[in-house]
Amino acid sequence: MTITSNTPTEITNPQSKFSLLAWLKKNLFYNVLSSLVTLVFIYLIGLTIKKILVWAAQSAQWDVITTNLRLLMIGTYPVEQVYRIWICILIMGFLIGLSWGIWIKGRTVSNVIMFAFPFALALTQMRTDFWGWLVGVGVLALTGFFIGKRFPKSLVVPVLVLWMSLIPLTVYLVGGSETSRILRKVTTDKWGGMFLNLLLTWVGIIFSIPLGILLAIGRQSRYPAIKSICVFYIEIIRAVPLITILFMAQVMLPLFLPEGFAFDRLARAMVGISLFSAAYMAEIIRGGLQSIPHSQYEAAEALGMNEVLIISRIVLPQALIAVIPVIVDQCIGIFRDTTLVLIVGLSDLLSVSRTVLANPLFMGTHIEVYAFIGLFFWIVSYFLAFIGQKIEHLACAYRRN
Amino acid sequence: MKNIDQVDPIIITRDVHKWFGDFHVLKGISFEVKKGEVCVIFGPSGSGKSTFIRTINRLEEHQLGQIIVDGIELTHDVRNIEKIRMEVGMVFQQFNLFPHLTILDNVILAPNLVRNIKKKDAIDLAMGLLERVGIAEQAKKYPGQLSGGQQQRVAIARALAMGPKIMLFDEPTSALDPEMIKEVLDVMIELADSGMTMVVVTHEMGFARAVADTLYFFDAGQIVESGTSEQIFKNSQEERTKLFLSQILSQ
Repeated sequence: MTITSNTPTEITNPQSKFSLLAWLKKNLFYNVLSSLVTLVFIYLIGLTIKKILVWAAQSAQWDVITTNLRLLMIGTYPVEQVYRIWICILIMGFLIGLSWGIWIKGRTVSNVIMFAFPFALALTQMRTDFWGWLVGVGVLALTGFFIGKRFPKSLVVPVLVLWMSLIPLTVYLVGGSETSRILRKVTTDKWGGMFLNLLLTWVGIIFSIPLGILLAIGRQSRYPAIKSICVFYIEIIRAVPLITILFMAQVMLPLFLPEGFAFDRLARAMVGISLFSAAYMAEIIRGGLQSIPHSQYEAAEALGMNEVLIISRIVLPQALIAVIPVIVDQCIGIFRDTTLVLIVGLSDLLSVSRTVLANPLFMGTHIEVYAFIGLFFWIVSYFLAFIGQKIEHLACAYRRN
Repeated sequence: MKNIDQVDPIIITRDVHKWFGDFHVLKGISFEVKKGEVCVIFGPSGSGKSTFIRTINRLEEHQLGQIIVDGIELTHDVRNIEKIRMEVGMVFQQFNLFPHLTILDNVILAPNLVRNIKKKDAIDLAMGLLERVGIAEQAKKYPGQLSGGQQQRVAIARALAMGPKIMLFDEPTSALDPEMIKEVLDVMIELADSGMTMVVVTHEMGFARAVADTLYFFDAGQIVESGTSEQIFKNSQEERTKLFLSQILSQ
């Protein structure tokens, strides 16, 4: 028996168009019980949101934030020098605009969020000239965006270099030097607030990733000396809490240096955070390395490539791309861990908030302060995750069919 | 008629033994390949054919015996190994292309980094080879976007880009859907006709009949029988050979 198939009359997929009513019916109201549960949840959620909004609008004392905003953002940095921090933010806004123009395609909502980040960051100062600076940041970011769109290929390397050098640049601009008259020295004990958290995070990320890569490769080395050093380092660091490392850095690092050379407090914290995170990065990357099939090594060997080439060109790129989500996770962890420097006497955001709350004027405003801090941490973490997602999309182009 | 170099063989193996732990996988393999010759190695799985071909470019180490490729003996000396690998290209059953690089980048990587050929020249070389294997228009795509047959042809181009004197093929069509086997075999036949020395492990007897100069039947780690395709197909001497041939030719 043969079956002849005539071309069927055009039937369209009944579920192809999204209908809100249909989605609601399917997911939230598909039978009596689920409808009841949905209504109960709507009520409870609505109640909670209403309570929060009422509190925020009426009984919350937001002046604790508005009065102390500068303190929370940049600590006890001298007021008249704050323009230097603004310059750093300008540079960063410009870089963000450039990066967006070079790498990000499309105009989705999430892209707009990224664009808004320089503005969010610009809450560092809350004085009269705030709006001027804010507009400046916006203008520079837009300029950067258009430049980046115009010259995507040739600007990749300079922009990456600039991102790397953001740290020394910031340190120099903000810290100044003894001899300069324009950039007068501001000692690091005066740096504080959210600015300090962000600086420490960025330093931690920039140094722990390369160090982590070296450790991960070293851990697989054929040479017993290299291998044992790497294993030793990783296992010891992973066994102790970050606080311990920070304390050790504060106490031990000066011992390693010649007499009279004062190792800056902040620098010690930076070293501690970087060394700590490098051990975790190393294990993450080692996981990535192990996921590369052995056949990739064989193919490269058969082509005559030596070990250095194989690792740097074939294995490591694939391994890193595979573990981007986990690395981003670790970076967000670094950001959260920076609050621990409170314990070694640096005045980060949390430390400043404690000072603020100790002020009798602002007695009992804990909720407002912590809500604000929580919100800020969430914004930055979300931003980091967003960046990670974008990097992943770019890197995984080869997986799309 | 092909011009087979009658002087020194380009691959000589003398009594090669290999063990995987206690398992004696290669039991005294001695064979020679002359320049320009096409050898086909066939046999049941587990007979050591793939292991043997992989000892030729040191992807596997042999414990006893000698392997001499292009006059260089394969020992633990890393420099010899590197020299040999530059002259020996290999095509794998699973293609093993580099997924994070485009097709073009896959092909130019080794010439650029190992032979230090300038990027522009490497690109010209690569495009020429990609045309030869028939996929020049896919140069900017990624391996994941290509079919199996296309990927294997890229793998062949990638191996050829290093300008090897010998090409090894480890069951190149075993992982392919039937309709794609022909396109890869056609490339291999063209390669054989151009005078390349080839050692091919395969079950494709049609290919063997078409271009092989010498066939080797492997079983349980030894060469059971060898000869021209005439001798093997029409007039094989050993029982095991006859049995195996009847099994695979009846499909």
